[in-house]
Amino acid sequence: MKMSVSLATLMGLMLWSGLVRAQETPQAFIGARLIPITSPDIADGVLVVHRGKIVAIGPADSVTIPADAQRHDVRGRIIMPGLVDTHSHIGEVEGADASAPIQPDIRVLDAINALDDRIQKAQAGGITTANVMPGSGHLMSGQTLYLKLRDGRTIDDLLIRYDDGRIAGGMKMANGTNSRRKPPFPGTRAKSAALVRAEFVKAQEYREKIRRAAGNPEKMPPRDLRMEALVEVLEGKRIVHHHTHRHDDILTVLRLAEEFGFRVVLHHASDAWKVADRIAAAGVPCSIIVVDSPGGKLEAKDVSFKTGAVLERAGVLVGFHTDDAITDSRLFFRQAGLAVRAGMSREKALYGLTMAGARMLDLQDRIGSLEVGKDADFIILSGDPLSVYTKVLETWVEGVKVFDRSDPRDRLYAVGGYGASRDRTNSAEYIAEEEWE
Amino acid sequence: MNGERLMTSPCAGKWSSPRGRLVLASLILLAWASPIWAQLAVRGETVYTMAGPPIADGVVLIKDGRIERVGPASEVRIPRGWQVLTAKVVTPGLIDAHTVVGLSGYLNQPQDQDQLERSSPIQPELRAIDAYNARERLIEWVRGFGVTTIHTGHAPGNLISGQTMIVKTRGQTVDEAVIVPTAMVAATLGDAARGQQGKSPGTRAKMMAMLRAEFVKAREYAEKRARAEAGKQPPRDLHKDVLVRVLNKELPLLITAHRARDILSALRLAEEFDIRLVLDGAAEAYLVIDEIRQAGVPVIVHPTMARAFGERENLSMETAATLRHAGIPIALQSGYETYVPKTRVVLFEAAIAAANGLSFEEALASITIDAARILGIADRVGSLEPGKDGDLALFDGDPFEYTTHCIGVIIEGDIVSREAR
Repeated sequence: MKMSVSLATLMGLMLWSGLVRAQETPQAFIGARLIPITSPDIADGVLVVHRGKIVAIGPADSVTIPADAQRHDVRGRIIMPGLVDTHSHIGEVEGADASAPIQPDIRVLDAINALDDRIQKAQAGGITTANVMPGSGHLMSGQTLYLKLRDGRTIDDLLIRYDDGRIAGGMKMANGTNSRRKPPFPGTRAKSAALVRAEFVKAQEYREKIRRAAGNPEKMPPRDLRMEALVEVLEGKRIVHHHTHRHDDILTVLRLAEEFGFRVVLHHASDAWKVADRIAAAGVPCSIIVVDSPGGKLEAKDVSFKTGAVLERAGVLVGFHTDDAITDSRLFFRQAGLAVRAGMSREKALYGLTMAGARMLDLQDRIGSLEVGKDADFIILSGDPLSVYTKVLETWVEGVKVFDRSDPRDRLYAVGGYGASRDRTNSAEYIAEEEWE
Repeated sequence: MNGERLMTSPCAGKWSSPRGRLVLASLILLAWASPIWAQLAVRGETVYTMAGPPIADGVVLIKDGRIERVGPASEVRIPRGWQVLTAKVVTPGLIDAHTVVGLSGYLNQPQDQDQLERSSPIQPELRAIDAYNARERLIEWVRGFGVTTIHTGHAPGNLISGQTMIVKTRGQTVDEAVIVPTAMVAATLGDAARGQQGKSPGTRAKMMAMLRAEFVKAREYAEKRARAEAGKQPPRDLHKDVLVRVLNKELPLLITAHRARDILSALRLAEEFDIRLVLDGAAEAYLVIDEIRQAGVPVIVHPTMARAFGERENLSMETAATLRHAGIPIALQSGYETYVPKTRVVLFEAAIAAANGLSFEEALASITIDAARILGIADRVGSLEPGKDGDLALFDGDPFEYTTHCIGVIIEGDIVSREAR
């Protein structure tokens, strides 16, 4: 990533605390078992990060540690990439209101509390990037944000920007029962699809007008923020993150995606195991959630621990999400663990928590694996990532430690306790340290 | 369920009598021919009896539905002709100390949600046995993870929502499943107990005032009935009858309370009316440990993975450990879920507790023997000891690990699940 506005802002904010010094000094993590995800594990490895990026990784005897590096002895630990949660509702996020079923102009950017305790809890769970989304009560509930879980003060501190300056994020859509309500909301599945189709047809026409204007301001259509967002979807610049459960609803998503050519990730996809071959043939990725029992709603009556394994065998790209607060961000590893319990390979399950998510967010060049040149987003674990007993000891985002289990304030977020659900601002120590200056 | 056991054991009690040896010999032949009569031996690389240290290479013999012998394979010979199951880890059948499955169904539609009756805030006369669907899919679901006994019934959410009961996770009808038809009376304090649409109770103090008034009335009713001459007793009142059983300490009052002040109110009520109290949920129990310990009250701690919202905002994954290490009896529960997932699995909740301060065996105890003691059924279930029900769970590794499978579940000697889950 080019030095982005957001990172520059963050660095400016952090001058007081000496963290920039930490970033300016290379940090070498020595002796851990490294799980790079995109290459074989390294039993006794060295990871070097500098200025927010990974600058070296390899077996201990092959990496030259810079002389000025701060050395971290992490023997007996495991280091892997920070986790990517492809579907979360942390930050007290809100999206569209009850006025209409399709609201592509809504931006969750305008509705996130960057100090929400659940952001700290997600860091405690090893999550470094989260796709924060509005809810599923609309056919289209707004523009999502791909957030870096830095220790931010405002939402701007958490943003990811593409090289062209755009804020990284997707578009949330849903079908099935959640988005069915009284008019103007759809009352049936076919009506749901019809409304979506009509909207995308309008967006195609809008795009066509812009194309025909060929840059001539006189001929440009009036600005339409709803259509602008949908054109981004049609052009593949904004990926659709589609809530869907039932097998027929999944097929409807595939049908619409093919018809309009938008890029889509299926989310939840409770029945995906029934139509795995169709999903594979469409080349559409699945972000799944593993919950403790079937049901809770009719559409999820057949949700299965085996979905990950079935999709993996069919050749589908499988990722995971917390849907926080449906599941707890601090227990994100549990999703992969239960998927492996039901037959998914360990390799693909760990890939699903990291690199698969990065690909679903179009951030595969920046996050999701331990590779030279990628963001220094990584976690230090006490043991095997798929063991219930393993603890996330530290979480680092772009070379800055944002969670340290040995720090009592961070530990409170990791395990809970009195005050663990308050905003960070309410912490007396936090204010006492004058971090608000 | 006793019926089922008898069906598979037509000669219970005769095996050991000297005169029955001839019969025994012919029955062994029968057992060969008819698998449903087979007696069952379970051999485990590690057998956690919960009645002593774990046994390496242990054997559990189950005869006529009950445990006959438990010990190391070097000492306990498996009789010829017995069916033998093997597993890496063997535990007692797991006990979920508080759930609503069976009353609350997995579809989450009005027709399968019978855990809360909202017409009035105090309805102790509601019996769990009148609402239990033994064929509910969630019962089969939790059983697949080794849960053989559940304390289920009316949910938290009303001041007094109704009765609870204890069942085995088997049977096609409530009669086949039930072992304790009325176990406790379920009450709730705090925000969850507030009346709907402006109805009482609207405040915490009102909740307590209403409960006090109910117990005072129930006591007067009991005294009147006791004092009245024959034929002149006040008419039977099913509502008060249940509260009288609470006042007589026949039934514990199970009070769900999360805030420290509500926990203290529960203790106050129990002391005032001299009733047996079991605390449930108790997210902030760690703030009032001394008070709970002094009152001698056990706690069925909220699910370890419960969501930290509302009155549970201060919950901690370490509460089970904190209470247990302070000497307070605890058990774990799957709790009451209103959306997705429709139920938790108590094995998984104990796993997270084991990763957050409880030792492995303490966590296992919280879903076996300790739960049995709090529920008053430790004479039957909760540990692997001769004479107890043959309820076992078999695992292919550490039961708490995400990637371990429950590979067999046995209830009273019947193998009810062999699917790896």
